[in-house]
Amino acid sequence: MANKNIAQINNPILSLEDLKIAYDSSKYAVKGINAGIKKENITAIMGPSGCGKSTMLRAINRMHELYPGIRTEGQIKLNGEDILKMDTIAVRRKIGMVFQRPNPFPTMSIYDNVIAGFKLNGVKLKKAEKDEIVERSLLDVALWHEVKDTLHKKGTFLSGGQQQRLCIARALAFKPEVLLLDEPTSALDPIATSKIEDLLVKLKKNYTIVIVTHNMTQAARISDYSMFMYLGELVEYDKTKNMFTNPVDQRTEDYLTGRFG
Amino acid sequence: MSIALDFDNGSLVAKRKLKNSIFKVGMIILSILTVSPIVLIIYELIVKGFRQINIDFFTQNPPDTFEAMMAVSAGEVIPGGILNGLTGTLLMVLMASVIAIPVGIMIGIFLYENPGKIYSNIIRNLTEILQGVPSIVLGLIAYLWVVKPITGGYSALAGSVSLAIMMLPLIVRSTEESMKMIPDTLKEAAYALGVPYHRVVLKVLIPSSFGGLFTGILLAVSRVIGETAPLMLTTLGNPMVNWDITKPTSAMPLLIWEFYNDPNMVDLIWGTSLFLMIFILIINLISKQIAAKKKIN
Amino acid sequence: MKSENITKTLLLIASVIVVLISTGMVFSLINGAIPTFKEFGLSFIWSNEWNPTEGNENYGAVPFIAGTIITSMIALVICIPLSFASFLFIGEYFKGTFIANTLSALVDLLAGIPSIIYGLWGFYVLRPFIVELGLSPQGFGIFTAGLILAIMIIPYATSISKEIITMVPNELKEAAYSLGATQFEVIFRVVIPNAKSGIVAGFILAFGRALGETMAVTMLIGNANVVPDGLFSTGNTMASVIANQFGEADGLKLSSLIAIGLLLFVITGLINGLGKFIIKKLS
Repeated sequence: MANKNIAQINNPILSLEDLKIAYDSSKYAVKGINAGIKKENITAIMGPSGCGKSTMLRAINRMHELYPGIRTEGQIKLNGEDILKMDTIAVRRKIGMVFQRPNPFPTMSIYDNVIAGFKLNGVKLKKAEKDEIVERSLLDVALWHEVKDTLHKKGTFLSGGQQQRLCIARALAFKPEVLLLDEPTSALDPIATSKIEDLLVKLKKNYTIVIVTHNMTQAARISDYSMFMYLGELVEYDKTKNMFTNPVDQRTEDYLTGRFG
Repeated sequence: MSIALDFDNGSLVAKRKLKNSIFKVGMIILSILTVSPIVLIIYELIVKGFRQINIDFFTQNPPDTFEAMMAVSAGEVIPGGILNGLTGTLLMVLMASVIAIPVGIMIGIFLYENPGKIYSNIIRNLTEILQGVPSIVLGLIAYLWVVKPITGGYSALAGSVSLAIMMLPLIVRSTEESMKMIPDTLKEAAYALGVPYHRVVLKVLIPSSFGGLFTGILLAVSRVIGETAPLMLTTLGNPMVNWDITKPTSAMPLLIWEFYNDPNMVDLIWGTSLFLMIFILIINLISKQIAAKKKIN
Repeated sequence: MKSENITKTLLLIASVIVVLISTGMVFSLINGAIPTFKEFGLSFIWSNEWNPTEGNENYGAVPFIAGTIITSMIALVICIPLSFASFLFIGEYFKGTFIANTLSALVDLLAGIPSIIYGLWGFYVLRPFIVELGLSPQGFGIFTAGLILAIMIIPYATSISKEIITMVPNELKEAAYSLGATQFEVIFRVVIPNAKSGIVAGFILAFGRALGETMAVTMLIGNANVVPDGLFSTGNTMASVIANQFGEADGLKLSSLIAIGLLLFVITGLINGLGKFIIKKLS
């Protein structure tokens, strides 16, 4: 447990304990990960493609269960409670997720997209409550002023960056404790990317953020802690500043210096 | 913010999950119900029909109603077979194929070679309209076009024309679709060698899309082979084997219809239907097999 | 160069055949229907008397238009839940699995069974069952015909809808799941809204199929030339009256049957055109 490469986080909001995920009985995509996630910080997960970083992130939202045949061992604790044993609906209400490509619901307006989580879950809200959630969530993602006059247009008319911020607003509408992002800027241009990065840095005041990224400089720019995964293992986990300046493991160094990936 | 999030309300969550499960089970049950007629129909045909299928079944004409009545009252299997229906179906489907396949392939190639042109779109839309025309209307058309003016009476030719019009859109469509799968480079390679156009069509386009064409033809045949309504209006039926295309002719589905309407012969419907169904099943299986093979490549 | 032109001209000529068949069809049907419209005028379309007695001949299409539309509506109503279930089974619940492929092949096979065999099965299996349930003394009628039609048109509605729902992007479904939706909610809030027009088009095309089906309906509808007055009343459709009365028809009666064929042609054309139009707009 007390590996010198792995940061010890006190009072983690989220902790992964011996987490293993297998696509079929013999092939583990994630091979026994132990790590804590610090509250109200940004933790970045890096690694070459196929290293298991997305699989691990998706497991924290139980998204991996959508596909049959995937087996999970170990525990993922949110405030001490194992989410793998909780009800998926409750887990997903407390842990939000943003995907690689912006995916607003094309059949819904911007307004309805923000409160989609409530609608999908059959929660009845008063008009005033809806208005409040929509405004608050869109303000959170700095989209309110851009769209407040076109709230009832379809979300798919927005630009890619705006769509992705709308998707973040959709996840934030629930006030989740943890926000997971799976390479959220990989489909966006540099300007839209930097807007999202600024946004995430602002959001960490109120939310715990875990972001998977293949973009090392992005991790360096915005994250407080960084994980480096390789072949399903957590190779190194440290304060971002430390890892980028002084990686302990040779593989981390190779990756950060662009020797593989 | 003080909005009550009903997620933490256990009973609502339980209700949603229950709804989810009940719906899924309901959908599975309905799906099984949906395909159960196939099993039931084939079961019915086998149980009631297999006894009639023997050598005579393929080599004899049907008995007359009196013979059939005697056999039924003696508790025997009705003698005779469906030779007239078999040969009639063979004759008419063959003739319909001879008309529809070359024309259909040529039209398909025309559409493939001239995509996006207004005239092509008109042809494509007309083909789709033809595909939607009820078969009984095609029977009326063949009656008006062939029975009255050409053969002066019910005839195999008229039946074939109605079947050919049914087959045509299916063949046009499958030709165009399978030609679209041919890589352009293949055609260009042939042109680069100075091959004349008609040889490109015959030696490159048709052979490289052969699997698709063949599947389309098989499906078109299986679609028309059981058609009854248009034949009732065009070929009428014939108690004997007939090879004269200007004379009334029998066909397997017409025989089923005749047997169904004659209380003495009613037992014969099952053997005929079973044979027709097996035939259609085999054609379907072969075409599925070809389509699956093409997907792997 | 010369041979190229010959080949291209041949292909063009072949394509003209489609135009000739289509226009010729319309022309011949109209031409054949002229005596009827001369005799009765357009009131043929809204008269509901069908009287072939010589001397008192009077023909109207209403009983058959009504019979066609009512049986097809019954078929559609029964087909909707069944086809819904099967396309969700194939395209959502068991997507890509062996069992889904099997079900899909069986549904396709439903389209391969000849109409007359459906008619036999309906007559010998379904009809006695309806009698046993006490729904109707003979078991013939528009409900029995509609029921068998429903089974026959399911593959048409299912095959289009299953294609359309498998095209709904996975990302959208995942977005909904990540917000805590159940599969039921994902189906009704994400999958169906996104595939709506395709599903509707599928049902329209299936309805178009039902309008023109002949043999199975002829064998089960009871062949009464009246407007049906109840779910289990007997009737006749446009297709079934042609099949039934064609053999003994000549003169005005033949012309009236052709006129009914013309109306059937127009109605199915309009319905199919609508379905195809929606599908074209999708792609």
